Amino acid sequence: MADTSYKELSLNGLWKNNPAIVQLLGLCPLLAVTGSVVNSIGLGLATIVVLMCSNTAVSIIRNIVSDAVRLPAFVMIIAAAVTCIELLMQAFAYELYQILGIFLPLITTNCVILGRADGFAARNRVMPALYDGFIMGIGFALVLVLLGAMRELLGTGALFANMDLLFGPGAASWQVTVFSNYEPFLLAILPPGAFIFTGLIIVLKNIVDDRIKKYQDALKERPAKGSKRVRVTGTIS
Amino acid sequence: MALMRITSPHAHGPMSTQRVMQNVLLATVPGIVVLTHFFGFGTLVNILWGSVVALACEALALKLRGRDVGFYLKDCSALVTAFLLCIALPPYAPWWLIAVGIASSILLAKHFYGGLGYNPFNPAMVGYVVLLISFPLQMTQWAPPRGVGEVPGLLEALQACFMPASYDAVTMATPLDVLRQNNSLLLEDLWKETAQFGRWAGIGWEWVNIAFLAGGAWLLYQRIFTWHAPVAMLASLALLAALFYDGGSSASGGSPLFHLLSGATMFGAFFIVTDPVTSAVSLRGRLIYGALIGVLIYTIRVRGNYPDAVAFAVLIMNFAAPFIDHYTQPRTYGHKRGEHKP
Repeated sequence: MADTSYKELSLNGLWKNNPAIVQLLGLCPLLAVTGSVVNSIGLGLATIVVLMCSNTAVSIIRNIVSDAVRLPAFVMIIAAAVTCIELLMQAFAYELYQILGIFLPLITTNCVILGRADGFAARNRVMPALYDGFIMGIGFALVLVLLGAMRELLGTGALFANMDLLFGPGAASWQVTVFSNYEPFLLAILPPGAFIFTGLIIVLKNIVDDRIKKYQDALKERPAKGSKRVRVTGTIS
Repeated sequence: MALMRITSPHAHGPMSTQRVMQNVLLATVPGIVVLTHFFGFGTLVNILWGSVVALACEALALKLRGRDVGFYLKDCSALVTAFLLCIALPPYAPWWLIAVGIASSILLAKHFYGGLGYNPFNPAMVGYVVLLISFPLQMTQWAPPRGVGEVPGLLEALQACFMPASYDAVTMATPLDVLRQNNSLLLEDLWKETAQFGRWAGIGWEWVNIAFLAGGAWLLYQRIFTWHAPVAMLASLALLAALFYDGGSSASGGSPLFHLLSGATMFGAFFIVTDPVTSAVSLRGRLIYGALIGVLIYTIRVRGNYPDAVAFAVLIMNFAAPFIDHYTQPRTYGHKRGEHKP
């Protein structure tokens, strides 16, 4: 990584190199648990915390661990962080812990985390590594929540159901019924819906990128009409 | 000298895409007429509304993709998809159900993959399966046929479609459903006790299937498709049904004739399985493709939980079509059998 300015890191994590919709990493949890907003937020938060912990730890030990054993060392660190998160969720959000089920321990094998550990944290100083973990996690979580919102809205006709699982009993009333008298579109909640809507999000991102590129091309300075090319061939006396 | 230089082959196909599609549309007419006779105007209303939505979706997709809207709309392929899906849907379906199905067919199954000719899955069947797994309640409600229950009139059909909240649907299990859920009666007694059964299969269903068979035979005569896939499908379905008929006990899967004349068998065989885009291409491949669809239809009908099996069977085999083609490449002219082997 040549450029580790925070601005560049943010742009990469949130848009240009978004782990979920550009790198297409961590698709397994992305597809499996985004049936509702609360699940998405839960898994998104867990991923952010694990990414920050693992990136920091990997960055600290990057000069001590030899290349040959670096991957096992990284995985140990990630597994430790995931176990902590799991225990925390068990203590403070038990219902959500049960809903997320196997996908919490599976964060260990989430390619986003190992990818950032090996690709960024292992060759950068601690602060940029920590920030990269944070912003990549945010990028991943945002896609999770967007996908969760789309699927929950179409699949049940409401948004933010069961938020009390994560934010305490006060959040039980956050549910917004967007369409009343709605016939649930089950496909959106079932696995095919996850694939279809992930594809749609990627399409949207590509369309926006195309527009931006066209706009930038249009802004580039063009030679004024009627101007002539300078002759560069021939002898100069 | 200005000689025209034309390279071979010189064969000229008289059929444009538009003509083929129009012929398919025409061939569905007997089936639609019989459906309307037995189940009322529901299917006609489905088709009318479905065609409007299909043309709108097609125009929208073509416009977004920057294609020539008029040229591609005129090939009638969107209309064919609408007809096929709406025939498969239960009559008296609400307007939003039809709209969701058509939109899935045209946008998801066809244009997301690149439009006509590039779709790996049959668009009408994708739409049907999307609806079936999303709205199982609405998708398994069939009206009783004429002679068993009252058949609603045209006004009621319109009301059922466009004001579904104010319409009380009368529904009845289809013969396939009744047979699958039967585990105590001999087939002979089941036939006597249940009003929906006719001579060989369900009342109405027999004639619907015969009508689609007639339409299919006409298409075959017009050389729109070859006989391989439909005949292989019907043969393997009948063979399996004969094997597991066991003389009509309570565990019987139903007679071969019952399976050939029930549900969407004939409609599937001649209008869905023969889709040139999504089926296998070589003739030997088509035989395998059709036969395996027949096997799947029988298995899902008898062992599965859904009212009919044609859509699932066809989609599963659509997956397999390229694979089948890979292993059934015809011998090129001039090469001997097995020449490529060492």
